[in-house]
Amino acid sequence: MLQTPVNFTPKDYKSEVKPTWCPGCGDFGVLNATYRGLAGLKMSPDQTVVVSGIGCSSRFPHFMKTFGFHSVHGRALPVAQGLKMARPDLTVVAVGGDGDFFSIGVGHFVHAALRNIDITVVVMDNETYGLTKGQTSPTSPHGHVSKSTPYGLLASTFNPIATALTLNVSFVARGYSAKPKELAALIEQGMTHHGFSFIHALSPCPTFYNTFDAWDASVTPIPTDHDSHDRIRALTLAMDAEKQYMGIFYQEDRPTMDQSAHQLSQQAKEFDIEKYMARYS
Amino acid sequence: MMNEITIRIGGESGEGTISGGDIVALAAARWGYHVYTFRTFPAEILGGPCMFQVRIGDQPIKSMGDYADVLICLNKEAYDRNISDLRHGGVLVYDPADFTPDAGDFIAYAAPFNELARKEVQLFQTKNMVMLGVISGLFGPPLEAIIQVVESKLSKSRKSNPILMEKNMLALQIAKKYVTEKLSKRDPFELGPVEKANRVVLNGNQAVVAGALAAKCGYFAGYPITPASDIMEGLAKELPQVGGTFLQAEDEIAALASVLGASFGGVRAMTATSGPGFSLMTELIGYASMAEIPAVIVDAQRAGPSTGMPTKMEQSDLSFALNASHGDTPRMIVAPADVADCYSLIITAFNMAERYQMPVIFLTDQSLTARVESVEMSAFQPMEIEERLQFSANGAGANGNSSNGYAEAAHTYSRFAYTASGISPISTPGSGAMAYTATGLEHDEQGHPDYEPEDHTAMMEKRFRKLDTAAEELPKPQRYGDEDATIGIIGWGSTEGTIQEAVDRARAKGYKVAALHPKILSPLPDRTIRDFIRSVKTVIVPECNYSGQLANLLGAKYGLQAIRVNKFGGIPFTAGEILRAIEEVS
Repeated sequence: MLQTPVNFTPKDYKSEVKPTWCPGCGDFGVLNATYRGLAGLKMSPDQTVVVSGIGCSSRFPHFMKTFGFHSVHGRALPVAQGLKMARPDLTVVAVGGDGDFFSIGVGHFVHAALRNIDITVVVMDNETYGLTKGQTSPTSPHGHVSKSTPYGLLASTFNPIATALTLNVSFVARGYSAKPKELAALIEQGMTHHGFSFIHALSPCPTFYNTFDAWDASVTPIPTDHDSHDRIRALTLAMDAEKQYMGIFYQEDRPTMDQSAHQLSQQAKEFDIEKYMARYS
Repeated sequence: MMNEITIRIGGESGEGTISGGDIVALAAARWGYHVYTFRTFPAEILGGPCMFQVRIGDQPIKSMGDYADVLICLNKEAYDRNISDLRHGGVLVYDPADFTPDAGDFIAYAAPFNELARKEVQLFQTKNMVMLGVISGLFGPPLEAIIQVVESKLSKSRKSNPILMEKNMLALQIAKKYVTEKLSKRDPFELGPVEKANRVVLNGNQAVVAGALAAKCGYFAGYPITPASDIMEGLAKELPQVGGTFLQAEDEIAALASVLGASFGGVRAMTATSGPGFSLMTELIGYASMAEIPAVIVDAQRAGPSTGMPTKMEQSDLSFALNASHGDTPRMIVAPADVADCYSLIITAFNMAERYQMPVIFLTDQSLTARVESVEMSAFQPMEIEERLQFSANGAGANGNSSNGYAEAAHTYSRFAYTASGISPISTPGSGAMAYTATGLEHDEQGHPDYEPEDHTAMMEKRFRKLDTAAEELPKPQRYGDEDATIGIIGWGSTEGTIQEAVDRARAKGYKVAALHPKILSPLPDRTIRDFIRSVKTVIVPECNYSGQLANLLGAKYGLQAIRVNKFGGIPFTAGEILRAIEEVS
């Protein structure tokens, strides 16, 4: 067996593939925060899998030296859950964008929340479709003018944190790519959390919808007196019209489905076809 | 005494028609007979006409039978729907309170099912037990065999409802007594004593579950859909017993996505669905092919298009299975023909998925999922398990290099290395494993995104090369029938037994006929099929679909102008129908 280093630095997670992102893309901050978070927890790259869907941010696994699973649009969550169910010994992180997680794949988000499988999810939200060059997304604000909404967005806006809270996601946090140190800490805490952890990472797209200035103004540390076990209070913070709170909204320890499923097979025996077929004789 | 009887029961869904039929089949099989069942039922839980047919014989049975020898009608509608399928000189058993049959070329027995249940047993629910007692009394199997099955089937409810159990037994005895005292047997249909045998009695879906377990399936995810749900339910119960895990997914997309996740983790994984769910899975089938992730996908075909007829049989997903997903996408297709195949070929399908790192589609159909057959226990043996070719940094893989450090080895590991067979060693997450990223993007040997024309060309050829390798390595179908046949029949899937029975009957009439039934439909055994086509004058391709999907494939691949025989009403062929086709082309 090969020796793996015991201590890791962020560089140990960085692959030789150069990110395809535009200069100034928020995703760089999230990528660096992820390197840092993994190093902070000494996660071994050979036992870590980063799963993504499709989109600018979903190129993420290629820039990691961990195992990666760059899947199809919207399906990072079921891939990650299947992997964790089958291999609970691995560290599984699912990453992607707002289109991936809150539009085409939003159905999976609901069920991942209900199952509470022990994976960490980092959604890079830029409120636009970057890879397809600037259409509106579920998190775009009402009235948003984009290539696909030339007369302004007629629908209302998806609130990721509030949705996660009402689905009783067991770890709900928000970070900001422009604050990579805080984001890295949240990713670390999310990965340490036993259960489905959701980190909403604000990650602006300077090319198609630059929200850096707006978010610099609206992003506010979560009040220091916030009790992260108070889901109703967390919901109030999540629904604040002006501020985008950064930090842990909610966390709760409860059984995870991967753990419960594996407890079912503690008495497992080698399959014996002859014995098995007796039921049909 | 006859050595073979086909009994059909027609009734209303929800009144025990199917469960009663199952009891007859199981009792006959345990007594020592071969059985083969066929059933139709509506998609609704309660109400609507349903039918159960069991063919019972002392020789192995290959098809459901052309006609019923015995028809049991539980209401007038059952009579109207089924009387035309009763053979000349057959037997009708009916309740005179329901209707009076027209005169016909059959022997009729009036048996007051309703009255006996209501007045004598004093529990109307026991009507199907009364029917079983009448069947047993008139034709066999003996009442003791029926009682044994009823007791084992109802062993759970015995405790919760001892009165029902008592009443069921009473109903059987009352019916038997009625037959002895009131009916004088005027027909030749009666099952005589038979030698005991070491057989099991189960349907296609149950055999798929057993096979998946024997294949060391460690993960299953699925979404409820008729007629595949039994596979999910079976594995939900059994997987934890052998250390596997199970997930009921939120939809079929998630089911296959999670299967690919589990398989990426090195665990043998499977999903099972039917047409509508299979349609949803197509994008991920392409992904599995591109990223070279093993997966087994059972498609229990039902009559389409769209929602179609969920409880009816059709062989109409072949064209789709061959092409499902965009782009040029190698995949493998296995089509079992009978219950024994559902066991052994699902193991083969797992082995193919692992060996060739490709999605394998397992095409059963509604008739096979529900077809109960008695099968020799010897058909259920442990089989060899093929593991995927693991890359090992210690030198086991194609380009392993043990002297380098982890980082160096990770740098040189080529997950998608070009090889002569097309098969590249794979690494699985875990301590000391060489990391790589699976992707649906075109990629270079290391798995990095790569759009260079020559690389896409080479990678495409590598992926397809695995099909050539597989075509060489996989077993070839055996010809059935005359070596010097002038008429050939090529079929696929659940029709094999029916075709073979037709071949037997045609040969007995002096026709020179042979059949070929490939069970691996991708990659096709080109040489075997070409040789077969060349060896005969005419090829008939019988299929339970409208468009002749295998015939189209054989036409495209081998220029074959086949005589197409298509049936698409939702019911399988009878051997008589295939025989007629043979006679017509002769």
